[in-house]
Amino acid sequence: MIFSKRMLSILAAFALAAGIASNASAAETIKIGVAGAHSGDLASYGIPTMKAALLVAQDLNEQGGINGVKVEVLAEDDVCKPEVATNTATKLVSENVNVVIGHICSGATKAALPIYRDANIIVMSPSATNPDLTQSGDYPNFYRTIASDDAQARTLVDFATDTLKVGKIAVIHDKGDYGKGLAEFVKSFLEKDGKAEVVLFEGVTPGAVDYSAVVQKIRRSGADAVIYGGYHPEASKIVSQMRKKRMKTMFLAPDGVKDDTFINVTGKNAEGVYASGPADVSKNPLTKKFRDKFMATEGAEPGAFFDNGVTAALALTNAIAKAGTDSAAIAKVLHTETADTPFGAVKFDETGEPIGIGFVVYQVKDGKFVTVQ
Amino acid sequence: MLSFKDFRNGLMVTLWFVFLTFPLLVIKINPIEKSVVWRWHNMLYVACGTFVFYVLSRLYLARKKEQQQKIKTGIVEDKVAWSAKLFSEPKFYIPIAVAGCLFALAFPTLFSTYQVNIMITALMYVVLGLGLNIVVGVAGLLDLGYVAFYAVGAYAYALLNMHFGLGFWTVLPIGGLLGALFGILLGFPVLRLRGDYLAIVTLGFGEIIRLILENWGEFSQGPSGISNIARPGLFGIDLSLEMSINFMYYLTILMVIFTIFVVNRLQDSRIGRAWFALREDEIACQAMGIDKMKTKLTAFALGATWAGMAGVMFAAKTTFVNPASFTFLESAIILCIVVLGGMGSIPGVIVGALVLILLPEYLRAFSDYRMLVFGAILVIMMIFRPQGIISTVRRTYSLKD
Amino acid sequence: MDYFIELFFSGLTRGSIYALIALGYTMVYGIIGLINFAHGEIYMIGAFTALIVSTVLTIYGFPLLAVIVLTALAAVIWAASYGYTIERLAYRPLRSAPRLSPLISAIGMSIFLQNYVLLAQTSDFQPFPALIPEFDFMEPYAHIVGSSDLAILVVSAIVMILLTFMIKFTRTGKAMRATAQDRKMAMLVGINVDNVISITFITGSALAAIGGLLIASHIGQINFYIGFIAGIKAFTAAVLGGIGSIPGAVLGSFILGLTEAFATGYVSSDYEDVFAFSLLVLILIFKPAGLLGKATVEKV
Repeated sequence: MIFSKRMLSILAAFALAAGIASNASAAETIKIGVAGAHSGDLASYGIPTMKAALLVAQDLNEQGGINGVKVEVLAEDDVCKPEVATNTATKLVSENVNVVIGHICSGATKAALPIYRDANIIVMSPSATNPDLTQSGDYPNFYRTIASDDAQARTLVDFATDTLKVGKIAVIHDKGDYGKGLAEFVKSFLEKDGKAEVVLFEGVTPGAVDYSAVVQKIRRSGADAVIYGGYHPEASKIVSQMRKKRMKTMFLAPDGVKDDTFINVTGKNAEGVYASGPADVSKNPLTKKFRDKFMATEGAEPGAFFDNGVTAALALTNAIAKAGTDSAAIAKVLHTETADTPFGAVKFDETGEPIGIGFVVYQVKDGKFVTVQ
Repeated sequence: MLSFKDFRNGLMVTLWFVFLTFPLLVIKINPIEKSVVWRWHNMLYVACGTFVFYVLSRLYLARKKEQQQKIKTGIVEDKVAWSAKLFSEPKFYIPIAVAGCLFALAFPTLFSTYQVNIMITALMYVVLGLGLNIVVGVAGLLDLGYVAFYAVGAYAYALLNMHFGLGFWTVLPIGGLLGALFGILLGFPVLRLRGDYLAIVTLGFGEIIRLILENWGEFSQGPSGISNIARPGLFGIDLSLEMSINFMYYLTILMVIFTIFVVNRLQDSRIGRAWFALREDEIACQAMGIDKMKTKLTAFALGATWAGMAGVMFAAKTTFVNPASFTFLESAIILCIVVLGGMGSIPGVIVGALVLILLPEYLRAFSDYRMLVFGAILVIMMIFRPQGIISTVRRTYSLKD
Repeated sequence: MDYFIELFFSGLTRGSIYALIALGYTMVYGIIGLINFAHGEIYMIGAFTALIVSTVLTIYGFPLLAVIVLTALAAVIWAASYGYTIERLAYRPLRSAPRLSPLISAIGMSIFLQNYVLLAQTSDFQPFPALIPEFDFMEPYAHIVGSSDLAILVVSAIVMILLTFMIKFTRTGKAMRATAQDRKMAMLVGINVDNVISITFITGSALAAIGGLLIASHIGQINFYIGFIAGIKAFTAAVLGGIGSIPGAVLGSFILGLTEAFATGYVSSDYEDVFAFSLLVLILIFKPAGLLGKATVEKV
């Protein structure tokens, strides 16, 4: 018995070694696919992640690659459209990528994941927050470096009812996948907790030229606070119009708004806005390193999900360095060992949610997001 | 061949474009840090590019003019357009069709899964294009909301599959029927509108359908969409990803052939001729005793049927639907297929769909410049071939004495 | 009642925003029968030019008033130049082509221009400086009408009056109306139709640029995609009022703006666009040529 067990393990080791060797000889480089919106109206959410992956790859290659093997980034555009995303995914699969960073939008990610799942490729999204992706159990190959919508909704609701102690809340969303999903969680949590009343639940049309009608409606509802589900462009317009109409209603928003662009665009009207987001990491040397690199090459501040993109790239390359390119081995490392990332030491739970990314509420003070205690 | 005047004009045009692109291309501002970067090198690129392009286009036009002059004076005979010749004489088009079919059949064995996958997309657009061709190309009704019927089909499959577990084959005809039903529902009140009014109403209808899918969460699961839609089954055999993509490919090919067959027969039928007549002159058409309303309505409903079926195939292929796939831009692309390919011409629409859908995929090499090039190609194509790649061959009868 | 007035004014603001863009659509349509899908992009380019010029001028320390005037001037000049160039390049060669070809050309132009700005500038949202100052005298009414809303209303009104004057009483205006009625006939009486069409595009584009400037400084942010949505809405408004008719475009815009505001206020903003488009369908069913459009009787 003992003998056979030993035999088995030796055999297994040989098989593994052979597998790795054949993988290594088949691909002279480690290929990382990056899929997301690189053109179209949502390009600004996809491009920073692509740049993040490129910078991480460049950084690794300057140090000689992963275990001596160079890293290659294959970026593919999916315009955040599900039907294009399946083409993108098939293309990446047929190019034999080892892992994929992406996709950016939850819808596109959902459409693309079955293809990666069947090809046994690990996918890590920097920005797809839909709870189904991890909770449904349909996508065991999926990981993300961002908090899911329900977790964020919980944070915002608890903050509004326990810390700010508001009684009447208006829930506004942008009718999008992310915004509406989050807003629905906020509404159901508020109703379940019973600590505050939902006085208004409305969707606004993204890109509309004026939001004063909905702002008047918020005023009429008598809400003490607005919880907004959506991204910063609309949040900025709504907050500005509220302040222009001299409303002092508090404004709470998720990480889609916790972006420096929001403060830059909204200016002084942004003061006092609360936004949840990953814990402040600007002092982390890794964060600084990659942000500076981005500044040096692009001459501008990195945009949305840049840190999440860097985190995904580092977590994946770290796992590949430790486990080779076999998906099961990478998955094991992702679950068990932490990687040093801009968000600190990060690993993943069995559903693919990140562990180690702290989540806090910020408030805009003097043109900066400041952590609220 | 080019005179001094041409060069002087070229210089003027160059100056104009340098002026035109000056603020957007040369100045790059950072409004937050209040800093400016002047990118003078871009100005140089614009200047050189414009000048070269201008000279080339002059040369082309000069040659074209010369050619026309020769035709006029009888030196060279006016050539029948190659495309018209190709599709009017059986000895040309039968070998082409056979070769095309053979190539299509062998495609999955020759190319990678990715290629097959984008080919499926392109072929679905062939079906959509042929469907819209009935409405726009044949019957002359400008429909900017065609994507609504596509959405109806896609959601029909997604919802029926989710709630009742209905399979692809059951829903395919249901999707078509639902498409037709919506076509009639919309067509009934709006078909008395003319030309561009019809266009904007159909655009509005397309947006309304999308917005309802987006907002009525209890019905359609809203913007987060419906995932895990079953792929089409093949007698219950468990297919791997690659095999199911190949299967889907052959299914789409069958669908395309079926569509071509039906559309072709329709065009030669009584109702098809009524459509052509309607497109050419409504009043004369009525005078000939054609029921205008009924004819338009059938065109609308039949066009919508194909969109409905294509929608079912779309849902089966992507296994996921959400309202973001059914925006106005999609309608615009399908319309581009019809017009760019050649209105009313079946081979034209096929070529148009293949070009317009495969082009952005192959333009991925240009990465960032992909959509820029795509837009420019649309404009340039229209300028040089306004009648489309393959224009329709008008049915002509020649009397022999 | 207060609520009603508040909604009414927010509808008016929206309406005048749509009107500034819709006028360009309706003028072009009236004269060559083309739905100029690239018009929304002209509006976006106007706004971007304004952003660039105002930032540069502010950096070089010009006083606020000079910045406003020069910015407006630059936005108008460049937007008009783009309008003119687009017409020359993408539409004029197609004058005698099948009816739908210029439409596809316009869609292509729209995609091209969006991506041109995306590549030349940035994909991010950019903050737009508040060029319209906050008026002190408006402070008591700030909760109903903001200073920028007022500025938009006033400027739109002035622009529309000037435009009506131009169309009604100047030689160019007459030539425009003649070309719109019958292009061949206009040519026969000695009107340079090509020039008239160019002037139409230039005027329409200039209006769009003014719109872009006002709206961007009202909203406070722009990106390369703003033209598309605003364009579709403005076009809807133009059709609603009867496309080709200038008072119709204004009326249609206000009706559309007010409908959206009241729908949001009294029903739900979830379905704001559904209301807008349903209204369009309803009106066209009963008045197939729009509210102020003339129903043409086709003669054989």
